[in-house]
Amino acid sequence: MNAPLIALRAIVLREALRFVRQRGRFIAALVRPLVWLIVFAAGFRAALGLSITPPYQTYITYEIYIVPGLCGMIILFNGMQSSLSLVYDREMGSMRLLLTSPLPRWWLLLCRLIASTSISILQVLSFLAIAALYGIRFPAMGYVAVLPALFIAGIMLGALGLALSSMIKQLENFAGVMNFVIFPMFFLSSALYPLWKMAESSEILHDICAANPFTHAVEMIRFALYLQLNLPALGWTCLSGLVLLALALWGYDPARGMLRRKN
Amino acid sequence: MTGLKVENLSYSYGSKTALDGVGFSIEQGAFCALLGPNGAGKSTLFSLLTRLFATTQGRIEIAGHDLARDPRKALARIGVVFQQSTLDLDLSVYRNLSYFAALHGLAGREADRRIDVALEQLNMAERAHERARDLNGGHRRRTEIARSLIHDPAVLLLDEPTVGLDAAARRSITDHVHDLSQHQGLTVLWATHLSDEVRDDDRLVILHHGRKLADGVCADLRSDQPLSEFFLDVTGATA
Repeated sequence: MNAPLIALRAIVLREALRFVRQRGRFIAALVRPLVWLIVFAAGFRAALGLSITPPYQTYITYEIYIVPGLCGMIILFNGMQSSLSLVYDREMGSMRLLLTSPLPRWWLLLCRLIASTSISILQVLSFLAIAALYGIRFPAMGYVAVLPALFIAGIMLGALGLALSSMIKQLENFAGVMNFVIFPMFFLSSALYPLWKMAESSEILHDICAANPFTHAVEMIRFALYLQLNLPALGWTCLSGLVLLALALWGYDPARGMLRRKN
Repeated sequence: MTGLKVENLSYSYGSKTALDGVGFSIEQGAFCALLGPNGAGKSTLFSLLTRLFATTQGRIEIAGHDLARDPRKALARIGVVFQQSTLDLDLSVYRNLSYFAALHGLAGREADRRIDVALEQLNMAERAHERARDLNGGHRRRTEIARSLIHDPAVLLLDEPTVGLDAAARRSITDHVHDLSQHQGLTVLWATHLSDEVRDDDRLVILHHGRKLADGVCADLRSDQPLSEFFLDVTGATA
């Protein structure tokens, strides 16, 4: 095995060990979407009428509609939490250790993203398993087809967190960013309601939702669960992922960098 | 051959100058103490040497590799012990070391062999499977030094490695690192603000307010004065 792959394996293993130790984080990551699914969706089912839009070929219940959005929510929260751990890491010094490795810095940061995305995918699969027990099932192959979609969404949202973490100097500031980034991103998307429904109430909000990369990540996941490829969603997610990744690498560039501050 | 060369290095945080035209070079296998009070610019220098900050003015050469032009080759040749602990406290000593080995592209038997050797050198072999959290301060530091040796570096950088340790642990770690430079040819840059960690035959660079105030063999510089007095004289004169 060559050096970059050895490092990737070690970074993923470390993230996995950290995750296993933090059982509270795993349970919280599962409870959050389950509350939305079981409580919120039950209340909203009556209030919200859904018409038949792709990828659905028949009328669906609201619970079925929001499951892909909740998968996205898990990835979004986990991406941010992983960045939070980067800020923590940075303060604890192990980020320094990572960045003084002779491997290219972009690769080291990408390894961190792949590691956190792998954890997100495990969380999403656990959520989908519980949803299946609850009666919300997708085509069997959909659970396989969704994996690459989850991966791309995970890298994109992780890159967003990484870019943010490079610009935040103190741990406390991160809580504010969580509120100003996660919630607007989640609510201004197609995770909880279809975009046409949003357009009925406000064209501007609809346009914002349509431009939100999280909307496209959710739609990519939604279509993949039904074994369909939503090319515009895939393209938009990849494009935003690349832009955010570039921003994160710029943020961690030693010449400019987030580390350039008085210790 | 030169182990570490720093030429005309300057660095500022906005309008505040942290390093001002610092330059020195250390022969391969020499132990160089970088002595300076708090705020002298030692940590900034370390951040530049480890490329956490990019050099804006001046030049750094590590074991013959220019850090700005060939950062990966240069970084591969340095071992670092930061002032703040960088151990993952929930992992065992062995796992901390194997994680680091992997960041340098080492795995499997070769990594295990090097980890064993490094731990043996620091008398930490029997603690390999203890959790880092359960170690005392001195043993944690030894673990970090062992970790910094795994990839067989030419230059070892230690930023105030004895901070927070009791006198016995401080002595033991200082001795260990002196041994490493004497017996293994490691070039060592040891930053400290404690003059009793410097030996008479050590190379000594005194840094104050971002400037180099003295550079030479410790015994020659201090002549008849105790080092602590010499240090106060030199730094006090410009305070």
